[in-house]
Amino acid sequence: MASQEPPSPLRMTYREACKQALRQALAADPRVFLMGEDIGGYGGCYAVTKGLLEEFGGERIRDTPLSESAFVGAGIGAAMVGMRPIVEIMTVNFSLLALDQILNNAVTIPYMSGGQFAVPLVIRMATGGGRRVAAQHSHSLEGWYAHIPGLRILTPATIEDARFMLIEALKDPNPTIIFEHVMLYNMEGELDPAVASVDISAARVRRAGADVSLVTYGGSLFKTLGAAEQLSKEGIDAEVVDLRVLRPLDARTILASVTKTRRCVIVDEGWRSGSLSAEIGMRIAEEAFFELDAPLRRVCGREVPMPYAAHLEDACLPQAESIVLAARELVRPS
Amino acid sequence: MPALGADMEAGTLVQWCVKLGDRVKSGDVIAVVETQKGAIEVEVFVDGVVSNILVPVGERVPVGTVLARIDGAGEMPAAAEPVAVATRTPTPPRAAPEVRRAKPEAAPQASRQKVTPVARRRAAELHLDLTVLKGSGVEGSIRLADVEAAALIQTPPPTVKKGLDLAEMRKAIAAAMSRSKREIPHYYLSDTVDLHAALAWLEHFNAERPPIERILPAVLFLKAAALALHEQPKLNGFYENGAFVPGDGVHVGWAIALRGGGLIAPAIREADKKPLAELMAAMRDLVERSRRGGLRGSELTSPTVTVTNVGDRGAETVTGVIYPPQVALVGFGRVVVRPWVVEDRIEGRPVVSLSLAADHRVTDGHLGGLYLAAIARLLQEPEKL
Repeated sequence: MASQEPPSPLRMTYREACKQALRQALAADPRVFLMGEDIGGYGGCYAVTKGLLEEFGGERIRDTPLSESAFVGAGIGAAMVGMRPIVEIMTVNFSLLALDQILNNAVTIPYMSGGQFAVPLVIRMATGGGRRVAAQHSHSLEGWYAHIPGLRILTPATIEDARFMLIEALKDPNPTIIFEHVMLYNMEGELDPAVASVDISAARVRRAGADVSLVTYGGSLFKTLGAAEQLSKEGIDAEVVDLRVLRPLDARTILASVTKTRRCVIVDEGWRSGSLSAEIGMRIAEEAFFELDAPLRRVCGREVPMPYAAHLEDACLPQAESIVLAARELVRPS
Repeated sequence: MPALGADMEAGTLVQWCVKLGDRVKSGDVIAVVETQKGAIEVEVFVDGVVSNILVPVGERVPVGTVLARIDGAGEMPAAAEPVAVATRTPTPPRAAPEVRRAKPEAAPQASRQKVTPVARRRAAELHLDLTVLKGSGVEGSIRLADVEAAALIQTPPPTVKKGLDLAEMRKAIAAAMSRSKREIPHYYLSDTVDLHAALAWLEHFNAERPPIERILPAVLFLKAAALALHEQPKLNGFYENGAFVPGDGVHVGWAIALRGGGLIAPAIREADKKPLAELMAAMRDLVERSRRGGLRGSELTSPTVTVTNVGDRGAETVTGVIYPPQVALVGFGRVVVRPWVVEDRIEGRPVVSLSLAADHRVTDGHLGGLYLAAIARLLQEPEKL
């Protein structure tokens, strides 16, 4: 009788979902191993890998020297010879030291070797602001990575995506980067026990609406959903599109939403100029111009190095209030 | 807003026939204006691109108000100037250009109308006139909801009554005719013309043709009156500012009585040069458009002389009142059969009473008599008309 009961939902944090994903991957495939700074003995700077060293041993949970270029390069080499490395970089700011490895090797070797080498590398890194860790640890540079052909860029925002995107990323023979927003790690939620996997190709409508599309991803998703909730109290029915995958971009879902609502606000924590939000806006302009009933709008991070002071940092990031304001101005101009 | 008559002070814009960005050339109809004489089509006399529409449909504005701007190809001095619409302004003629020049500064500073892409597309599907809509969107843009709301009302642009207001027309006729009788010292002449040859020729001419191509006697009258002006050009033109100004061609105002009362005399341009069949067609077209609305501004302002033909149901003789600032009006009465002396015999002959009302400030009775004689002579050789 008990087996016919639907399994009860699993409650966990986003951090725990990331860890469970890693555990699943390590358990499922002996070629999988982790590399990164302080991921073993310390348990990871955001404690995602805490306990994995004890569970899987030093061979598979490897602390590295403080050289992003070196350990990302080592990961690329391991992937080329058949391993399934998962490399953690502490923050996206530090990943710039490894950008040469990522762009000139990880992405380029499969192409330049005529397909003789695949690079099934997965890189995880923390991104985004809000933790008061100032201008060298707080930026959102995933839009830059989304510029690079040959990379798959994932931005899990929900616990479900954090739990199941990794295993799919490992199946991809090409390099994948997973961006985990720092403000999501402590978020708690329930996993639907009926779900055992997710796709890593499509955007998803997280909230259906008719009046305006709010297109976002990652750390801005829940601010945007909050904004949509607030808008609904004013009688404005907002649709929230979670991009999930920044590259290859699922333009079809964005265009379908905008074609329905005819108005769009793009919410992107990254700097506005030359950003992912700019790319999305341009796609809409190119593909759905004649569907638009209002100018396109963006709510982006302020174009300054991230301030340390709490009130300044908050002011630099998209917030529910600024999203509400932008959406309201499109639907009900003052 | 062109002056489309001697006493027109204002007009109501009832329809735009062009939209922003349209290329227009001289002679194109760009708008329809409601006047005392009904709905009149306004033409432009420059080539260019419509760059600004300043008066929305439904608005009544004084004569001289800039309706729209046309950016010319460059060589036109009027390019940046307001549209040169039907130009003849009878009262007072010299003042008109100044009015037109003075107005642009006063004209409202209309900026480009903002319309969202989807609203523009929807409006096109609904054949909706966007220029009359108010926008509720971002920066006052017209958006889909505005278009849909306007479409729901079903009566697309605010419907200004298009067509004849006979009471208004009566006022216009009263004003023009009062001015004529007040200002113009008329003299009147008349003659009776034997139409035996003309009607016999016409009968023969028509017998060979299907009804649609047949010609009415009125066409012969019109052509004869027009051709005879070659001999007496001082009857063809205007009296303006104390002097006669010859017409730039023989543009005959053809008086048309309207059902329910009212009278209008739009021009048949270059009537002296048009073959009979073409005149017939022009006449039909004018009658039709006068009654339904759709005359062009230039047709109302360009006549250099007026011909009135009372037709089968009219009186035997008509003595007209000149339409200012013209200087002559030719009248044809009802064609009647009367005893006529032909080579010492009396025969029943179709005859018409031909009359002339002319402005004594410009011509005298002697000249007028020669003119009537010329018409009578021309009607004796209908095959040459």
